[in-house]
Amino acid sequence: MDFALFLNQLFNGFSLASLYLLASLGLALSFGIMRVINMAHGEMLMLGGYLAWLTLLVVPGGAGILLAVPVAFAGAAAMGGLIQTSLIRRLSSRPLDTLLATWGVSLILQQAARDLFGAIGVEVRAPDWLMGSFTVAGVTLPSARLFIIAVAVLVLGALALVLLKTRIGLLTRAVNQDRMMASAVGIDVKRVDFTVFCLGSGIAGLAGVMLALLGPVTPNVGQSYIIPAFLVVVMGGLGSIVGTTTAAIVLGVFSALAQMFVDVSVAQMLLLVFVILFIQIRPQGVVAVRTRQLDV
Amino acid sequence: MSKLVPPAPLRRAKPALPWVLLALGIAAPFYLGAYDLNLLARFMAMAILAMGLVLIWGHGGILSLGQGVFFGLGGYAIAMHMKLADLPAGEMPDFMVWSGREALPVWWEPFASPAFALAAILIVPTLLGALFAWAVFHRRVGGTYFALITQALALAFATLIISRQDVTGGFNGLTDFYSVFGFGLASPGTGTGLYWLTLAVLCLAYLGLRWLLASRFGMLLRATRDGENRVRFLGYATTPFKTVAFAIAALLAGIAGALFTLHAGVVSPALIGVVPSIEMVVWVAIGGRYSLAGAIVGALLVNLARDAVSSAFPELWLYLMGALFIVVVTLFPNGLAGLLKGNRA
Amino acid sequence: MIRTRLGTFAVSAFALALASCSGSGTGSDKPAGDGVAVGVLHSLTGTMAISEITVKNAEMLAIEEINASGGVLGKSVTAVVEDGASDPSTFAQKAAKLIESDGVATVFGGWTSASRKAMLPVFERTKNLLWYPVQFEGNECSPNIMYSGAQPNQQALPALEWAMAQGHKTYFLVGSDYVYPRTANLILKKHIEKAGMKVLGESYVPLGGTDFSGVIAKIQQARPAIIINTLNGDSNVAFFKQMQAAGLSPKTLPVMSFSIGEQEAKAMGTALVEGSYAAWNYFQSLPGDANAKFVAAYQKKFGADAAITDPMVHAYLDVYAWKAAAEKAGSFDPDAVRKAAVSLGSFATPMGAVSFAPNQSLVQKAFIGKLKPDGQFEIVSQPGADIQPEPYDALAFPGKSCKL
Repeated sequence: MDFALFLNQLFNGFSLASLYLLASLGLALSFGIMRVINMAHGEMLMLGGYLAWLTLLVVPGGAGILLAVPVAFAGAAAMGGLIQTSLIRRLSSRPLDTLLATWGVSLILQQAARDLFGAIGVEVRAPDWLMGSFTVAGVTLPSARLFIIAVAVLVLGALALVLLKTRIGLLTRAVNQDRMMASAVGIDVKRVDFTVFCLGSGIAGLAGVMLALLGPVTPNVGQSYIIPAFLVVVMGGLGSIVGTTTAAIVLGVFSALAQMFVDVSVAQMLLLVFVILFIQIRPQGVVAVRTRQLDV
Repeated sequence: MSKLVPPAPLRRAKPALPWVLLALGIAAPFYLGAYDLNLLARFMAMAILAMGLVLIWGHGGILSLGQGVFFGLGGYAIAMHMKLADLPAGEMPDFMVWSGREALPVWWEPFASPAFALAAILIVPTLLGALFAWAVFHRRVGGTYFALITQALALAFATLIISRQDVTGGFNGLTDFYSVFGFGLASPGTGTGLYWLTLAVLCLAYLGLRWLLASRFGMLLRATRDGENRVRFLGYATTPFKTVAFAIAALLAGIAGALFTLHAGVVSPALIGVVPSIEMVVWVAIGGRYSLAGAIVGALLVNLARDAVSSAFPELWLYLMGALFIVVVTLFPNGLAGLLKGNRA
Repeated sequence: MIRTRLGTFAVSAFALALASCSGSGTGSDKPAGDGVAVGVLHSLTGTMAISEITVKNAEMLAIEEINASGGVLGKSVTAVVEDGASDPSTFAQKAAKLIESDGVATVFGGWTSASRKAMLPVFERTKNLLWYPVQFEGNECSPNIMYSGAQPNQQALPALEWAMAQGHKTYFLVGSDYVYPRTANLILKKHIEKAGMKVLGESYVPLGGTDFSGVIAKIQQARPAIIINTLNGDSNVAFFKQMQAAGLSPKTLPVMSFSIGEQEAKAMGTALVEGSYAAWNYFQSLPGDANAKFVAAYQKKFGADAAITDPMVHAYLDVYAWKAAAEKAGSFDPDAVRKAAVSLGSFATPMGAVSFAPNQSLVQKAFIGKLKPDGQFEIVSQPGADIQPEPYDALAFPGKSCKL
């Protein structure tokens, strides 16, 4: 196999990994503290995409896409907060039921998008400075993909700052380590849940803007990335950002490199096999959170 | 909501429910036309799968979002047999020709034998289910993780079937069957016969599962659901229990898939992917996850409602399904059966 | 009426509010004594709904027009509409319902090959007739289906011939992973090789897939003269977008698409696909009064900016062909109708004069269009002769033929 193709795919792998990471960070965070998975998380991506489109209708051009990022973040965070308070909080001790109930939410949101924006989907036109590409050593680096990688790195950095340097970050880490103990020492666990859930949904909304740069925004745009994102969460370990990042990179690069030899369809199958084999070796995920709890 | 106690007449109706269902099932062929009977038979096949979910999800606490995979394995096994059975000697199924294959794959050949096909329907889903469950459970991965992995399995399986068009029929699936084990599928007698077969299998599965759930195995399964580590500390290995339960559910899904394929005359990836797999859970959630009879009613009702609502109001169906799911799961975790029985969660 | 019985069956059994929805379906559309019922069976929900609803609309328009001008054989036509829900087994089930419970004289329906394949046994068993309006991969020949969409030799091969005539010698094939792209590409590969030219690569992406990074890397590596694209639906937007981001626009690397029509081009935003090519039997921009009249009638009913596509016109002409055949046969009997249909001779349609060949496929022309900024196609091919439909490509599937 050609070396240039290998480098190209390696780059594509990192760009795919950035998308996986943005799509899965919110899942991993809220899974870490609440032990629940929001099946409507993919629809936060969709919401972000549509919000980007709406923003660009009001403010076209390069400024629009930069403005779309905070708009999508805020919109998706608000929707996430709504789902958390109205539904997930009520189901907090029943993780499997949360899975199912939020899947119902996902169905409704998808159909609502279909009714509001049409089933065909809308197109977000990237500004000119995101349209070009650079060629380095025979490898094409599209600006849009470089931009996505940069955004992923920034988000990751910001999140690390929040978790390590702020009070809410401290509380989040405490709840993540031992929810019951944190509650016992007087931490308002519900408020932490809510904040983390909003934050995670917001990141997904931001990921939706990135997806809009690469493809159409359709009512089911979230569905094509959500299952790899679930696998990232499974592989990453409980609520660990380092674990999630590692898992996203490993799965993104694995998937891109596999595509050098097989079709996308087969690559998808191999991805699952890879994750199942991985948990044979490390069932606790890439990074295990140290805890004395028995039932994590 | 757990204080909700149903009125006395409803509570008294509870033990009668399976008998009412059975009576209706026996009366149906004399009462319904060929089309409706076929529809009912399909839904009954799905009900067999639904009871498997009662075993693993209701009593085992194992949520599988990938039952479509095992449903598909059973369906494809019988479909492969019917494809070969109708074929003149030395020819290949039509889709292999237009996919550019030169010869029948070796692993297709034994399916020409009815005995092999029957064995495959029973063994392949069971074995695969057991292997998969063991691979995940023996490393003590369960709960939400397991549900997510089964969903990925459903996606990967459907994608794989679509992409290997030359040996699986791809997106089109397998269809255009004329006979099964020597009976012409077009004749009305075969349709009625298949209905009775489905009813019989449904009853057998019901009785078998009732026995199983009442046995020591069922008790340990429920104990594992409620406190896996406690069961371990008592000296039981829990992985084999969960694996066996999952394999039985996979077996039931496989049988359901084969029966469904006989009634529908087609098996395709559209029936086995992520969305159909999760819809199977909806049937059981609505019918009642702890109740076998509830699962049967759930499978019949949801499919019947879909049939009626989705044609008349296509947009409404998804809203209805989503809302129903949310309401049932949050407010009535015991489903319809819970309304009859009172709460026991 | 049998249908409602299953409904009451359920109601009496479970006495639940939910069940009261059942049986209310479309049973009330049953024909009155002076009417004739036909089935209209498309996906109104699910992934295919977006395409199939426009085809359903075209069929309903034709039925309405026919009723306004006196119906067929003195009877007014009632359409019984059912939802195939983008699922083949539902298509089979609803086809059986239409024929056996509603007693329709014929059915207009289907889009994907999967839906057609699933319905075929039902139509053969009940000896009814299905009118299928979409281009497909051939390799099928049933007396109970009228195939008006293009056979491979009426769309894919003319497109290839055109590309060869433009001097393109190296090809890259990109498609969604389902039957039509794989079989069409199999046929194309045989013809490309026979002409002494090269296929540099072939890639498939799952239906609805939106990640093309790997495919585009392979295209950049292979450097083909032209891409033949059989992607479906949304995947096209992602593909063209990521091609553009990688510095490959349709202007520098031509793309010939088999599944991009006016509707898709409009939805994608033409800036992305402008200058790419498409092959169809009909373009909205075709000249002729019949076409202008159809476009005006459709847009009056379904919106002034509605795009008109090839499958819609095939569906529309199917209804008229059924009317003409029933009138010629003097009966609605499916067997008599199909025999009359192949002996109708040529009849006028929005896409020009066409006729049904003895193998029940449509004799029609093929056109190559180049997409303009306004979302319409400029026809760039010479107006060729009528092409006889060949369900089995002689080069790819030697020794097969369709005799009814």
